[in-house]
Amino acid sequence: MKTVAELQAIKQKKGELFGAGMHHILVCGGTGCTSSKSMNIIKALNEKIAENKLESKVRVVMTGCFGLCAKGPIVVIYPEGTFYHSVKVEDVNDIIQQHVMAGKPVERLLHVEADTHEAVHKLGDTEFMRKQKRVALRNCGVINPENIEEYIARDGYQALAKVVNEMTPDEVIDTMLKSGLRGRGGAGFPTGRKWQFAKASVSDVKYVCCNADEGDPGAFMDRSVLEGDPHVVIEAMAIAAYAIGSNQGYVYIRAEYPIAVQRLQKAIDDARANGLLGENIFGSNFSFNLEIRLGAGAFVCGEETALMTSIEGKRGEPRPRPPFPAVKGLFGKPTILNNVETYANVPAIIRNGPEWFASMGTEKSKGTKVFALGGNIVNTGLVEVPMGTTLREIVYEIGGGIPNGKKFKSAQTGGPSGGCIPAHLIDTPIDYDNLIAIGSMMGSGGLIVMDENNCMVDIAKFFLEFTVDESCGKCTPCRIGNKRLLELLTKVTNGTATMEDIDRMEQLCYYIKENSLCGLGQTAPNPVLSTLRYFRDEYVAHVQDKVCPAHVCKNLIRYEIDKDTCIGCGLCQRKCPADAIERTDYVAPGHKLASMRINVEKCVKCGACMEACQKIKAIRKV
Amino acid sequence: MINLKINNIPVSVEAGTTILEAAKQIGIKIPTLCYMKEINEIGACRVCVVEVKGARSLVAACVYPVNEGMEVFTDTPAVRKARKTTIELILSNHNKSCLSCDRNMNCELQALSYEYGCDLNAYAGEQTPSEIDISTDYLVRDNSKCVLCRRCVATCKSIQHVAVIGTMNRGFNTSIGCAFDADLAETSCAACGQCINVCPTGALTEKSEIDNVRAALADPSKTVIVGTAPAVRAALGEEFGYPIGTNVEGKMVSSLRLLGFDKIFDVNFTADLTILEESHEFIERVQAGEHLPLITSCSPGWIRFMEYYYPELIPNISSCKSPQQMFGACVKTYYAEKMGIDPKDIYVVSVMPCVAKKFEKNRADQAAAGVQDVDAVLTTRELAKMIKANGVIFNQLPDGEFDAPLGEYTGAGVIFGATGGVMEAALRTAVEVITGEKLDSVEFEAVRGTQGIKEATYKVGDLEVSVAVASGLENARAICEQIKNGTCKYQFIEIMGCPGGCVNGGGQPIQSSFVRRNTDIRALRAKVLYEIDANSKVRKSHENTVVDTLYKEYFGKPGSHKAHEVLHTSYVKREKY
Amino acid sequence: MKKNTTIPFDGTPEQEQQLRAVLSKLKNVPGGLMPAMQQAQDIYGYLPKEVQVIIAEELGVSLAEVYGIATFYAQFALYPKGQYKVAVCLGTACYVKGSGEIFDELSKQLNIANGEVTPDKRFSLDATRCIGCCGLAPVMTINDEVYGKITAKDVAGILAKYQA
Repeated sequence: MKTVAELQAIKQKKGELFGAGMHHILVCGGTGCTSSKSMNIIKALNEKIAENKLESKVRVVMTGCFGLCAKGPIVVIYPEGTFYHSVKVEDVNDIIQQHVMAGKPVERLLHVEADTHEAVHKLGDTEFMRKQKRVALRNCGVINPENIEEYIARDGYQALAKVVNEMTPDEVIDTMLKSGLRGRGGAGFPTGRKWQFAKASVSDVKYVCCNADEGDPGAFMDRSVLEGDPHVVIEAMAIAAYAIGSNQGYVYIRAEYPIAVQRLQKAIDDARANGLLGENIFGSNFSFNLEIRLGAGAFVCGEETALMTSIEGKRGEPRPRPPFPAVKGLFGKPTILNNVETYANVPAIIRNGPEWFASMGTEKSKGTKVFALGGNIVNTGLVEVPMGTTLREIVYEIGGGIPNGKKFKSAQTGGPSGGCIPAHLIDTPIDYDNLIAIGSMMGSGGLIVMDENNCMVDIAKFFLEFTVDESCGKCTPCRIGNKRLLELLTKVTNGTATMEDIDRMEQLCYYIKENSLCGLGQTAPNPVLSTLRYFRDEYVAHVQDKVCPAHVCKNLIRYEIDKDTCIGCGLCQRKCPADAIERTDYVAPGHKLASMRINVEKCVKCGACMEACQKIKAIRKV
Repeated sequence: MINLKINNIPVSVEAGTTILEAAKQIGIKIPTLCYMKEINEIGACRVCVVEVKGARSLVAACVYPVNEGMEVFTDTPAVRKARKTTIELILSNHNKSCLSCDRNMNCELQALSYEYGCDLNAYAGEQTPSEIDISTDYLVRDNSKCVLCRRCVATCKSIQHVAVIGTMNRGFNTSIGCAFDADLAETSCAACGQCINVCPTGALTEKSEIDNVRAALADPSKTVIVGTAPAVRAALGEEFGYPIGTNVEGKMVSSLRLLGFDKIFDVNFTADLTILEESHEFIERVQAGEHLPLITSCSPGWIRFMEYYYPELIPNISSCKSPQQMFGACVKTYYAEKMGIDPKDIYVVSVMPCVAKKFEKNRADQAAAGVQDVDAVLTTRELAKMIKANGVIFNQLPDGEFDAPLGEYTGAGVIFGATGGVMEAALRTAVEVITGEKLDSVEFEAVRGTQGIKEATYKVGDLEVSVAVASGLENARAICEQIKNGTCKYQFIEIMGCPGGCVNGGGQPIQSSFVRRNTDIRALRAKVLYEIDANSKVRKSHENTVVDTLYKEYFGKPGSHKAHEVLHTSYVKREKY
Repeated sequence: MKKNTTIPFDGTPEQEQQLRAVLSKLKNVPGGLMPAMQQAQDIYGYLPKEVQVIIAEELGVSLAEVYGIATFYAQFALYPKGQYKVAVCLGTACYVKGSGEIFDELSKQLNIANGEVTPDKRFSLDATRCIGCCGLAPVMTINDEVYGKITAKDVAGILAKYQA
């Protein structure tokens, strides 16, 4: 492809994706649904279609992630837009016979709202989708990510064509500045400013990098974009390269994302074959090449300097800044690094104009943000909402609330760098600055919901264990400081800490924040600080009362058998791995057998007895 | 120029200057642990943090460049508290057996702990698991004392181009070690000991032979003979408070006498002897046109490096034993015979600025009298430790003199301790032997100085002789590559394993990183040797009267059969893995 | 810490040929060391010393550096993996849903700790970070097979499928 006219021709030819009296069956091919065998469904669908000779009327499309991962595998049928969830291979026959051939929806596969108990036919009508605004995810679940023409049909590469033919690099940067787009990877640095600095650096060689080393536990929006819409990243990186004067890009992607890697590689190959990467793009003087580099399992490589060190083929240890990457980055050359979601916004901003983008969101945080909802929430999955949406809207309206009628206790955002937001702040509009103000951060957008059964000290410990594991070990505050902090925290969960230890923890937290070399260390104490701030009473309960209020911390709980409820069946005794349950002499009134008792000396607190006693419910944790 | 204020004091410095360097200009020393200028600028230890007005957090002064209008505070309560916590955290994962540590009173961590009034047990907790590596003859690695500054790693890689130690694992389990946790003895370590000199703590030390030497001194059946290398006298004084670059030869001799050695000789003597053998070898090779360039063999670190990395150059290496080994060999053959002592009853101790010499003495084919030529090697540091431990009041001692006969040396022998010295000494002899004429000037300035590689071309009679001098294994590697790819234009090359030669050897007194980066230690120590040379009456090895006697009475002439038996050796190819 | 490498190297000439082909391609690629190690691991399944030596020699870096990288990144294995690689996600979503107990149960059933392989080399066990299947939490995988929404009680049944 050498000209914009050729691009338009493909767009024309491909036309409307789902028009012309055909049924399009979209099956999610994201990692979540693939794990639940969505590929078998595609196979079965195609078999049934062939069996019924429907090839000219029905087309099966594997797409990227729809977002509602908890309900996978997900199937959406156009033109009706009918949304089926938890589809199994056995359901395929009904989908073809009943839906496609007879025009009647398969009721049992429809989504039922948790609160109204009403079946919803269209994906867009679900509570889950209604409040969402899809910019970064606009093509996810809509197009076949392995087909470049489908991307082009949805205005793909129009922005790149516009940029190289009609705009100067300064105009591109100006557009980004005006849009107010901030980095979606965590810290929220204005993207346009980053590009501006890199453009200002004088060098024969510059690099454009994409951070696809999504590492926050619980966050998977970048994976979904790469799996569902890989070309958007390629297009955006080419735009960035044009803006700063670069000809070479690298996508640094987690090796743990094999589907994303494979689809991105195909997208790069297809883009190259179509002249959208390579020399003289759209007949201009602009040339750009793109390579994939795989991460190898180091969370710290999400930090920009560590990522570049890793691409250089070394231990992924962060480097001191300054010099900033925009001046001296990859291989010592000026470099910009943005994350996947940031890039996914870029072509739309170019196409629709910065004002369009800036019209969404809050004063200082423009546009939308993708969150990965996880933890104790009904609709786990990916959601994209305008900046400024409240936590309550996300948890209760989009997320469907907490399962089993449990109470919302806290939401953790920002992964290991973030903090826990308590229930009383649930109406906070979520944007970069509000999250910082309440002691958390946006991070890459993981949002883990916790209910009354979660111990906040244990959660803080979980995150700190993660950071201690993932610390590169280069600087003292992170290598030793976080380790000592974790040891103090472990004393708390073991019930051996003193109130002085809590003070020491707090001081150590501030020290680590102030003194660490990189963002990983500087933010590592956040989970501890935010839980100390909002859930200090839980810490105090562990320390002073030697009690874990949520009954999570093993050292501080024990199991008890209520001697009057126990019917003496002995099931618990048979399940106990530690021979810790013995029969007493006591026969409760109305029961035939003597009740059981737990020998606390022998008990390993595995909880097997309690599980065994689910019917009678004579065993409880105290 | 950039204008900034440090502690409210205005200072102007060049762009690109770090806060650390700028602070030094106004007389403030910001503490450091990991920093080595240009070699290890990693900002890792965080001991150098300072406050910068407007910055989000404290910044590492060692790597932070100054900006116009910047306001820096190097000593606020917040800074002191942060540094104190950093040091306390390091101490929490440190083997604090300071009282008997080799680096007690000369440890950068100990000094910081003292300056910041640290609580040694502020943060008790788990220790990173470690084992002591005593696998080699020359070096002990004790990671329980390692602070992970990585100065050793940077030195091994960037200065010596060997990189047998590296950073392993990550997080709290990060450690410095060899690949696959192998013992150092299983690696292609050159044994230069430069890592010891840059270690801020006692994690890297030489393998001490003090106990063996003391045992020999206490054994009445042994005649214990000591010889000192040229560079030792130029540095030993530093251990006793003398400024860097003080010649303490006389006090050194006196203290050795007080330690109870039976004879105090000088390895400078065999340096002269080496020159006779080596210049003979050179002339022979030039005449035969074989195995050129000739490369010197005095530095056991270089030799070990060559055996691992460039064994194809073995034919080019001078077959002369090193001065240390010639010394041991002469003592146990010529001197033993002359004095009628059974060589088995002689215990030869050499004092060296080097740890590789500890390895060298145990090499095969180093037993001219049927017993090992040299029995024990003490580093300059170990000698100082013995002197102190024996209560010798070094600074008050009168200047003593070496014993005869193996204590006589020329100016040519003493400059062996500085890079270029062997070359210069060899040229003084070779030129006179080849031309048969006396030199007008014995000083060959072009091969002097601390540059990594020096080269010169001399007209010797009708011969053009191109020579090169390299020190430090990075530079050695560059020369070896030239020879390998056929671009080498030299006939004679001097190579020393340590940058700057023996004066900067791995066994020399350890100076703190602050001193190391602000003082040209090599040049100051080398100056001592060149001054001794300049003041010597005899400045050419072939004019050493004892050497002359030695040939007349024992070896015949340079390169004789007897000389080959006693004074020459061979080399082996070593497998790297 | 010293480990006792008891499993002998059994690389074939074909594997070495493949490796050398990879290395000759990556020799002059900037930052080629990591991809080289990744592809070497694809060929051999892990990175034994014999393989790291070839990489070091061909790419002109020291063995200590290669090893330093191999021990920095979690994905590089110094020891062979089992025929069936059992992995449990200990990411946040899975953790709050009890994946820790699943891991403990696997460890008990297989009688091996994290990162180890059973003596018959049939199973190896690893705790992994988030694999992005949070909707299915808690999740364990055996090779490419994903088991979601499981409890510790399901472990024995799942393992039975892979026992001889």
